[in-house]
Amino acid sequence: MHIPDGFVDGKTAVATAALAAVGLGVALRSVRRAFPPRRVPLIGLAAAFVFAAQMLNFPVAGGTSGHLIGGVLAAVLLGPSAAVVALSSVLILQCLLFADGGLTALGANVFTLALVAPLVGYGVYALGRRAAGGGLRARLLATGFAAWCSTVAAAVVCAGELAASGTVAWRVALPAMAGVHMVVGLGEAAITTLVVVAVAGVRPELVEEAPGARAARYGSVAAYGLLVSLGLALFVAPFASGLPDGLEALAGALGLESRAARAPALAAPLSGYSVPGAGGASAALAGAIGTVVAFGLAWVLARLLTPRGAPAGRGAPHQGAPDAPASP
Amino acid sequence: MHRHLLSPYQHRSSPVHALPAGGKVAAAVAAVGAVVLLSRGAWAAYAGIGAALAVAAALSRIPPLLLLRKLVLLEPFVLGVAALSLLQPGGAAVFAAMLVKSTLCLFAMVLLSSTTRFTDLLAVLWWLRVPTLLVTSLALMYRYLSLLVDETVRMHRARRSRTFSGGRVFAWRASATVAAQLFVRSSERAERIYDAMCARGWRT
Repeated sequence: MHIPDGFVDGKTAVATAALAAVGLGVALRSVRRAFPPRRVPLIGLAAAFVFAAQMLNFPVAGGTSGHLIGGVLAAVLLGPSAAVVALSSVLILQCLLFADGGLTALGANVFTLALVAPLVGYGVYALGRRAAGGGLRARLLATGFAAWCSTVAAAVVCAGELAASGTVAWRVALPAMAGVHMVVGLGEAAITTLVVVAVAGVRPELVEEAPGARAARYGSVAAYGLLVSLGLALFVAPFASGLPDGLEALAGALGLESRAARAPALAAPLSGYSVPGAGGASAALAGAIGTVVAFGLAWVLARLLTPRGAPAGRGAPHQGAPDAPASP
Repeated sequence: MHRHLLSPYQHRSSPVHALPAGGKVAAAVAAVGAVVLLSRGAWAAYAGIGAALAVAAALSRIPPLLLLRKLVLLEPFVLGVAALSLLQPGGAAVFAAMLVKSTLCLFAMVLLSSTTRFTDLLAVLWWLRVPTLLVTSLALMYRYLSLLVDETVRMHRARRSRTFSGGRVFAWRASATVAAQLFVRSSERAERIYDAMCARGWRT
């Protein structure tokens, strides 16, 4: 989902960069205030960890394999603000060092992958955990579902950014990005849940406290919510009413539609405007089915992975020293 | 192999390497910004910027094949996003313009990272008053990146050499356990790093 240079136009680049800068600023401020100084180096290490963990293969089918994205994992393990800083570091380093993700698209990438993904994920996680009660099983259920929601939300915002730049029409970008990532999100949910349960098995306190999470103040919660909804309003809302209906999409796909009917690239916002009929309903239906499947998967995983004996998931802290790591 | 991939900097003694990092960053930003802001199909301007970058590449004395290989390695990401634009009517022209634009930008960024040390880039960020916490995180991430990547590869290899069953569910659990162990180790290492930083007079 890293957008390269050239796919984001000037106005979108400036708008996303401003949103990303404000969000990152809020996160840095919040970390400086609430994160214990002892754990500050962990942000840099966690960023390196996310990068390294993305190299682990998870075989899917027919020789293909997926990998972790890590937004929700970072948010669950570090708390939302520290996760924002860590994931931004990953994106900045990937851009400057490996030219992976464009320089002018850095704002868009940071906003999508380092702000929307962990914050939406953490919001779902916090709500789900509160709704399902304490305990490890509730945490796992919330984690899995949050991972799926965060992946899909990031994909939708990414599609919106591409559409707002006039690169890819919304009617192409949304189904392609959201459709693919509704499946990718299932894998992400499974991986994130498996990693969290494994961390909880070795060092339960790392999953339990999530430093900075408890100290998430009213102000930063409000700022994050405002930022994410502002992003949605800027990049997604203008298109949401212009969803093509089923027939139009089919005709477009088959090439039956007269090309003169609309300008090639910037057509999406207005000319596709129609009363959301069958198309809106089918998109909503697909979304609903995806959500139910993802929730079901999270529920099954949480049930399967919770150890029988330990209902509350509060094991003895730090059982057995892990094998000695090299000195720093 | 990883070391080669993880540090793209290529040391040579050339006029491009000798330029101050800030100047190179400014030049790269200018090149990328110009390419992005130019309208689609301004082929003459693209050619001009491409020629300027090629001259810089030649001056830097980095083997052209190496630069080319890096570009080719990065191209799939560009193609993946650009392919989306093929799905719409009139997409071919958009596709071609996108491809040229992104390749030029990639060229500029690859050239920057091959001729400038990452620590110098961090110094530029520091000079630009990027918040300390972010620069510290970036520096720590860069410092421990190759270490953690090597550790991941080692743990993965150790795990594979001890377990023979090839079930998919098992493979997922094994990889997840490696990732979890990696996080636990990172977190313990971070605590030792904090102690070391404090011992050397670091202050929050």
